[in-house]
Amino acid sequence: MRLVCPVCGERDRREFYYQGAALARPDGSDWGPDWEDYLHNRDNPAGVTRDLWQHEQGCGAWLIVTRDTVTHEVLAVALAAEAGA
Amino acid sequence: MVELQAESPGEGRLPVTAGDLRLSEVVRERMTWLAPYKGQAAALSEAMQAAHGMGWPKAGRMTGRKGARAMWFGRDMALLIGPEPDPGLAAHAALVDQSDAWAVLALEGPGAPEVLARLCPLDLRDQVFKRGHVARTEVAHMAGAIARMGADNWRIMVFRSMAGTLIHEVETAMRRVAARRNSPREGADRAHHLP
Ligand SMILES: [Zn+2]
Repeated sequence: MRLVCPVCGERDRREFYYQGAALARPDGSDWGPDWEDYLHNRDNPAGVTRDLWQHEQGCGAWLIVTRDTVTHEVLAVALAAEAGA
Repeated sequence: MVELQAESPGEGRLPVTAGDLRLSEVVRERMTWLAPYKGQAAALSEAMQAAHGMGWPKAGRMTGRKGARAMWFGRDMALLIGPEPDPGLAAHAALVDQSDAWAVLALEGPGAPEVLARLCPLDLRDQVFKRGHVARTEVAHMAGAIARMGADNWRIMVFRSMAGTLIHEVETAMRRVAARRNSPREGADRAHHLP
């Protein structure tokens, strides 16, 4: 598996660290179903998913990777700082 | 009174050779991390140009020349190598002294890319990784950097505390590449197919 880092270009999977699903953080700090979802519930889709990865052994950037869990196709890689998590 | 003496990261362990390959320690230079403040990258580049004669390097590249160089070193980060940083740079960037933080080795000789290919997952072919290119990558499972200074002249950097491991790993790879190159059946005719 290779990912095209927007900063460094195409790199081997060994340079990247996988964090988990890229989720929108709920607004506000009051506890509610949105926060419960954010902390505990994951979809585990057979298909397109968005994950957070870090180019840990490269430029250090946090990335949002859109990929297909069925075909293993990587559809997009964007800087988390620009795309928003 | 204890007499303290400064030692380089590779003190007493370098140089080593294998066939035509040579691994040595680069004479220590002043090294400073430059991390531009938000929106200050262009102003920093101008200040660098005025004070040190080189601008901000693009991702994966170096600017300047021997004695005064800027090496890209991560997202929004570069390493100023050689000069004492001009105080004016501090208006645009955070400056962090790195002079003693890194082991900086020079790998020279034909077959150097074959040695590096055993240690890191980069594409090091001539048409991809050229003179003046640099990459942050993993080197023998350590976070490091690899730069190409010339056709057969490479730099390898890891944190200073890992210097011994790096020297061991590179030397082992050098001996294996040299052995293959010297073996008439395995080495010589394979070697010229590689970059
Ligand atoms: Zn990167």
